Amino acid sequence: MTTLFDRVWDAHVVKQLADGVALLYVDLHLVHEVTSPQAFAGLRREGRRVRRPERTLATVDHNVPTGERAVAVADPVAALQLDTLGTNARDFGVELFDLTSPGQGIVHVIGPELGATQPGMVIVCGDSHTSTHGAFGAFALGIGTSEVEHVLATQCIVLSKPKNLEARITGSRAPGVSAKDLILALIGKIGTAGAAGHVIEYTGDAIRALSMEERMTVCNMSIEAGARAGMIAPDEVTFAYLKDRPRAPTGQSWKSGVERWRALRSDPGAHYDTQVQLDASQVGPQVTWGTTPGMVADIGGRVPDPAKLPEPEREAAQRALEYMGLVPGTRLEGIPIDRVFLGSCTNARIEDLRAAANVVRGRHVASRVRALVVPGSQRVKAQAEQEGLDRVFREAGFEWRNAGCSMCLGMNADVLGAGERCAATSNRNFEGRQGRGGRTHLMSPVMAAAAAIEGRLVDVRAW
Amino acid sequence: MVTPPPFMRHRGKVAALPRANVDTDQIVPKQFLKGVERTGFAASLFFDWRANPDFELNRPAAQGATILLTGPNFGCGSSREHAVWALAQYGFRAIIAPSFADIFTANCYRNGVLPVRLPAGEVDILMRNASRGSYELVVDLAELRVTDEQGFSTSFSADAYGRELLLRGLDEIGRTLLEEPSIAAYERSHP
Ligand code: SF4
Repeated sequence: MTTLFDRVWDAHVVKQLADGVALLYVDLHLVHEVTSPQAFAGLRREGRRVRRPERTLATVDHNVPTGERAVAVADPVAALQLDTLGTNARDFGVELFDLTSPGQGIVHVIGPELGATQPGMVIVCGDSHTSTHGAFGAFALGIGTSEVEHVLATQCIVLSKPKNLEARITGSRAPGVSAKDLILALIGKIGTAGAAGHVIEYTGDAIRALSMEERMTVCNMSIEAGARAGMIAPDEVTFAYLKDRPRAPTGQSWKSGVERWRALRSDPGAHYDTQVQLDASQVGPQVTWGTTPGMVADIGGRVPDPAKLPEPEREAAQRALEYMGLVPGTRLEGIPIDRVFLGSCTNARIEDLRAAANVVRGRHVASRVRALVVPGSQRVKAQAEQEGLDRVFREAGFEWRNAGCSMCLGMNADVLGAGERCAATSNRNFEGRQGRGGRTHLMSPVMAAAAAIEGRLVDVRAW
Repeated sequence: MVTPPPFMRHRGKVAALPRANVDTDQIVPKQFLKGVERTGFAASLFFDWRANPDFELNRPAAQGATILLTGPNFGCGSSREHAVWALAQYGFRAIIAPSFADIFTANCYRNGVLPVRLPAGEVDILMRNASRGSYELVVDLAELRVTDEQGFSTSFSADAYGRELLLRGLDEIGRTLLEEPSIAAYERSHP
């Protein structure tokens, strides 16, 4: 009676160090410019090497400008960080997708896109949204910089084994309801620490019905529920997505790979430490109203009254509403917005851009709104351009950018001004996340696209 | 890694930050993540919040504090270890809260900062004590106890591996490299 997570964990134990603590082998280590410089510096200081450079992949995403690639990076501090990764990659023999590479993009977009992300792997990255890769049935988790250094030097990580949580999502989604809405609704239900100490396995027919990219959206936000990782057992959808990707196995090893991967599932009746359920048919489009992803409601709802919330949530809600400039009881639908951000590792893959383009085609962004599309990778961008989506967005008044994290965290020049309100497809609405004083409402790509056109939050179903 | 000094027992002044879900974006805002060093983060700690003169850490009673007392799910969000570097470089040696985010906890263990998980009711008591003015606690990792001079005393549990890292001030990489035969054997059986 083993769970999917237990299987992947057991297959990677190099040595049991203590009760519940293991030295675990890492199959794929993804690296980006922000959380790696101190780790490489540590290796250099100690005279250590990268143990398995061929299992390490680096890209630049967090602080990169999304304007013209031919122009030098204007911010000298950011430029130094980018150069440092270039030097480190060269010195330590790690493959790097740099700013000039057609393969550059957000680290959690390019891993799957390359087929480097595969079922049954242990994948780490100095980034909390590494949980994204769990959509393939990998155990994928975010780590700190000291651990990055540890993995570079040893290809292993020391972990206390998390518990198992099953999130069973059943029923069929109504039109206009996206994978993003499912995961936001789940976080709203269990809270931002609801899965702390656990690995979430998403099960149920509503999960099986998701495309690979939708599964990535769901797993991406596992961390916003506090989970160590999120996982979905691989199936035909997974294999079809992976087949013929540049780093996927080929020929005989593809066949034996698929055979092995088919066994990556939880046994019927396997034990989960915690179980939660969600009925997808009851979920409408979700919009956050506060400063954590758990402060979320159906678009048909209203801004809650903190006074009516239970004690522990009251103060946080009060603070959040103050920061967000919202009055209790206000209908979410109709809240005017200033900016729209279509991007991030949650929702900037080709299906996201297609869905949003379908909403804006032939329409125009409201006059007071500035809207931005930042594809998740240069390959997504190229694909979108081949399909003419860039024209659809441009003609509708969106800015069309190069790939990067961009306004998801505002480390580059793409930031909200104080008091500006943004409909965003990213994953965090923390205070100041998109810019000091900026106000973020998280939602799906189609909801954000519709908001751009109307200049206010709207219910895309009524559209 | 920079091997932190061992953490056995710490006596220090308490600063109270009674908020839930303090995320690492608040602890160190993104504009401070562009560097390539592990140092220089003290000034960036809670940068946006500290701009407000009424912010808890700006109060006279919080000056010189080395123990942070705060709400549940502390350190949630981004994996940035910079958050722990900033807390440590500002002077915090221990953080007491009803719960912590997982990645943040792992980062604490590797930087000589002790996350102490206490039941919400006990954290409330400590919050009340701290609100009366200058307040000191003793956090003992060897004995797994938190005590004050007025008779408060409670025990806590700690992750066995994290505790060992802290108590011994271990070079974790050096230690794992001693497992080379096991790692090599794993690699041979998983080409
Ligand atoms: S897009 Fe946002 S959440 Fe994703 S890796 Fe980049 S900064 Fe992190």
